[in-house]
Amino acid sequence: MSKVRILEVKQSVFANNDAQAEALRADLKEKGVFLLNLMSSPGAGKTTTLTRTIEALRDEMKIGVMEADIDSDVDAETIAKTGAKTIQLHTGGMCHLDAEMTKQGLEGLGSDDVELAVLENVGNLVCPAEFDTGAVKNAMILSVPEGHDKPLKYPLMFSICDVVLINKVDVLPYFDFDMEQCRKNIALRNPNALVIPICAKTGEGIEEWADYLRREVANWKA
Amino acid sequence: MHELGIVFHVIKSVEQIAAENQVDAVSAVTLEIGEVSGIVHSYILDCWRWAADRSEVMKGSELKIEEIHAVTHCEACKRDYDTVAHGRTCPHCGSEKTYLLAGNEINIKEIEVPETA
Repeated sequence: MSKVRILEVKQSVFANNDAQAEALRADLKEKGVFLLNLMSSPGAGKTTTLTRTIEALRDEMKIGVMEADIDSDVDAETIAKTGAKTIQLHTGGMCHLDAEMTKQGLEGLGSDDVELAVLENVGNLVCPAEFDTGAVKNAMILSVPEGHDKPLKYPLMFSICDVVLINKVDVLPYFDFDMEQCRKNIALRNPNALVIPICAKTGEGIEEWADYLRREVANWKA
Repeated sequence: MHELGIVFHVIKSVEQIAAENQVDAVSAVTLEIGEVSGIVHSYILDCWRWAADRSEVMKGSELKIEEIHAVTHCEACKRDYDTVAHGRTCPHCGSEKTYLLAGNEINIKEIEVPETA
């Protein structure tokens, strides 16, 4: 048997990514660019919510959007129609974005003059929760048809989010979705999460969400 | 796909550590994987074979896995219990105010390098 030498490492797999994410946040702070990482399951309404959000804020601040998908540019085309600066990122089959890909995305977007940059992460509640993108705040969308027990099934996602948007509240009468139970389930995993019920289709609740972003973008630049 | 993302991060880290230590070949990497980290061992081993063989330094290297037992702590009764057997609800007092002490890790423990004469 050939001899081997052992290098002791004892380092989390996420250590490098976490360090890159911290460096990216520091750089964004210096430039006054607020980066929001928006996550959800596929079909929860990320792109529609984002369209509404841009409509609410585009006259007040410069907005840039990075659309991350495994393939296609349909989402980027939708967002581009709002007039916001948009770039489509392809993850090449990967199920999440990490800090380095986010950094490259921001460079591609040309984010230095952007005040609010939004990363629309890959539709997935597992992997995006594990990789810090360097965002200032994390938000996730839970849509009514997914059920109020989602926070119990994907605890890590809910524990890392600053805001949970509960979307598609217009269809509440048709689903066995218990809003109070949902709030309790979220609080169990993350007592600090801000919960905002919205309907991206009708615009309900979007103003409260836009207010949150106004506050946070101003705080970040201060 | 989840495992492939993890493998890419491991390979990047190991390549960096190898370069720092003037090592040009790695024969094995040992990962410590928590019992409830959501990593499927057979998937990560398959991803490893595919991805490691595309790395100059890590071609042919072996992935070794050591599992870390998952333990949850109850804030109500201050006792610890086995996470896999009991989940989030404390088996001692029934409280849901619990948090994971160990079992969610994905750590690079050590790297084996062939000894050159």
